[in-house]
Amino acid sequence: MIFIQQMINGLQIGSIYAVIALGYTMVYGIIKLINFAHGEVMMMGAYFAFLAASAGMPVWAVFLISMVGSALLGMAIERVAYKPLREAPRISALITAIGMSLFLQNLALVIFKADPKVMPRIIPTTPINIGSIQISNITIITFTVSVVFMILLTFFISKTKPGKAMRAVSEDKEAATLMGINANSTITLTFAIGSALAALGGILYALAYTQVAPTLGVLPGLKAFVAAVLGGIGIIPGAMIGGFILGFVETFAKAYISGRWADAIVFGILILVLSVKPTGILGKNVREKV
Amino acid sequence: MKKKFLKIAVALMLVASVFAFAACGGGDEAETIKIGVFGPLSGEVASYGTAVVDSVKLAVEEINAAGGVDGKMIEIFDYDTKADKAEAVNIYNRLKDQDEVVAIIGGTISGETLAVKELAIADNMPMLTPTATSADVTIGAPSIFRACFLDPYQGSAAAAFSIESLEAKSVAVLYNSDDAYSEGIAEAYKAAVEEAGLEVVYYDAYTSDVKDFNTYLTQIKSANPDVIFLPDYYNRVGLIATQMRDLGIEQTAVGVDGWDSVEIDYAEQVEGYYFVNHFAKDDPDAIVQNFIATFKENYDKDPNALGALGYDATYIMVEAIKNAGSTDAQAIIDALAEVEYTGVTGPISFNDEGDADNKNIAIIKIVDGKHVLEEKISAK
Repeated sequence: MIFIQQMINGLQIGSIYAVIALGYTMVYGIIKLINFAHGEVMMMGAYFAFLAASAGMPVWAVFLISMVGSALLGMAIERVAYKPLREAPRISALITAIGMSLFLQNLALVIFKADPKVMPRIIPTTPINIGSIQISNITIITFTVSVVFMILLTFFISKTKPGKAMRAVSEDKEAATLMGINANSTITLTFAIGSALAALGGILYALAYTQVAPTLGVLPGLKAFVAAVLGGIGIIPGAMIGGFILGFVETFAKAYISGRWADAIVFGILILVLSVKPTGILGKNVREKV
Repeated sequence: MKKKFLKIAVALMLVASVFAFAACGGGDEAETIKIGVFGPLSGEVASYGTAVVDSVKLAVEEINAAGGVDGKMIEIFDYDTKADKAEAVNIYNRLKDQDEVVAIIGGTISGETLAVKELAIADNMPMLTPTATSADVTIGAPSIFRACFLDPYQGSAAAAFSIESLEAKSVAVLYNSDDAYSEGIAEAYKAAVEEAGLEVVYYDAYTSDVKDFNTYLTQIKSANPDVIFLPDYYNRVGLIATQMRDLGIEQTAVGVDGWDSVEIDYAEQVEGYYFVNHFAKDDPDAIVQNFIATFKENYDKDPNALGALGYDATYIMVEAIKNAGSTDAQAIIDALAEVEYTGVTGPISFNDEGDADNKNIAIIKIVDGKHVLEEKISAK
């Protein structure tokens, strides 16, 4: 029984990791950049949600404001920090991303101060009983909302025109441009969607764990990055699988080994997977075209 | 000619000003007794330093209004350490050399107090820390005293309360392995309950960055203890309590002095839980109620336990200076060792190590978001 309960806990945290990992993987897929500011976009998303919720807005408005706000933030980051460096060596863009991450964190520190803010409970919590298992409705909401957005994203990427453009640009930017695809606006769109998903992760995180702080994005951001790499960075289903695997591993390590070892185990698995299969679980061993 | 005159005038003015300052300094020395206080007034633990400094100033105001020490006024010099150890050393030196204080109330947190410990020993500076709980602070330091109880002491007090008053047969302990405070209390609690023959059905730790406690709490829930012990600071306790409620955990939780202020943001979640504290806000004792009333009047908020300790420490220091009959360092230290004082946090006197070893412990129950004194454990 307790095993099932822990599995549900794993699903909850795993689905948050998966949603955030999607943003990492989409951006990497399209411009081969590991966007280290992604965790901070998640944090800003949580603050947007906090502000909206504190103003007494309804649940749907909180989600909408936070996701749209973060999408705009993501687009602005891309325009200001990454676009001028698109032709520069990859390491320059990577360092810019780390700089952007620190900038956003300190910006939040200045604006919102260091002490954690308590997220208003916009969704009343009630424990739900299924047989002898008792789980929080927040757990179910977290899982359901993330899965719905993952399905929407999958549909968007495989069926719609902008989604196809995204895949085309990620496969070969020059060729896509020659075919009449506007690469710049496609990249901007990718950032917008990735950032909105990060905000979704941030909202769910803030709802589940009730505190919003400037350092909120650091660890989930890092874990989501691990999830993206684990699943095979640049591959969308890989990010989802990676997120859930990470959630389960972390939960079971905490439950059955020791809380102190959880992070060491999570990052140990990353090292193990990468040493056996450097491209990740779903990654194909394709030689990179340079 | 004109230039020369100007030069002379300036020179004269400088000389005059030196005399003026000297006279001023000499006058001050005769009229006031200088006491230093320091703590983190900005940064993440700013609320701790602010609580102490505010209360020290409040106590000094009262003492001065009542005529000071034999007609001499107390003068307070307060500085912000930003919880930084190097800054604390600079401040200590400034207090000693520039401000020429006769005694220091501080530091507020253990780290900064330990940073100046060796200096205070070497200078034989009378120092009384209201709130630094680390055992090391007073060990081998004849000039350093402490007004609060130590971590192991409150760990065993919480254990005694769980065993005797809550009649627990089994307990779960969840602590923060990144924090010496949390870990120290957890160990003391565990040792005390095991000695009494209770079963510790769960004993594990998280790290500071953990936000998701569902996993731990699910294990605790299935272990089904009578009492859950959570030794940590209020922000994280609020988080854990929220998730406990969400999971439908009905057992009660017991906490430590770090819980003080948890009711501000998490009243609903911690309703009915207990924690160990230095004083109780609803203690009918006049000294407690007076302190709360004047603090509220001056600062427009409720004082916390750190404030109460800062307030008591000030009165103790002044009492010692009064008894010493002089501002000589050794005389103050000798007087501190002998002092007996009953303050907001109960009767205080110091043992050979300089620790207040016979302190009262208040067990607080949170009822309707307010502190209610459940039980007062008097000194062993």
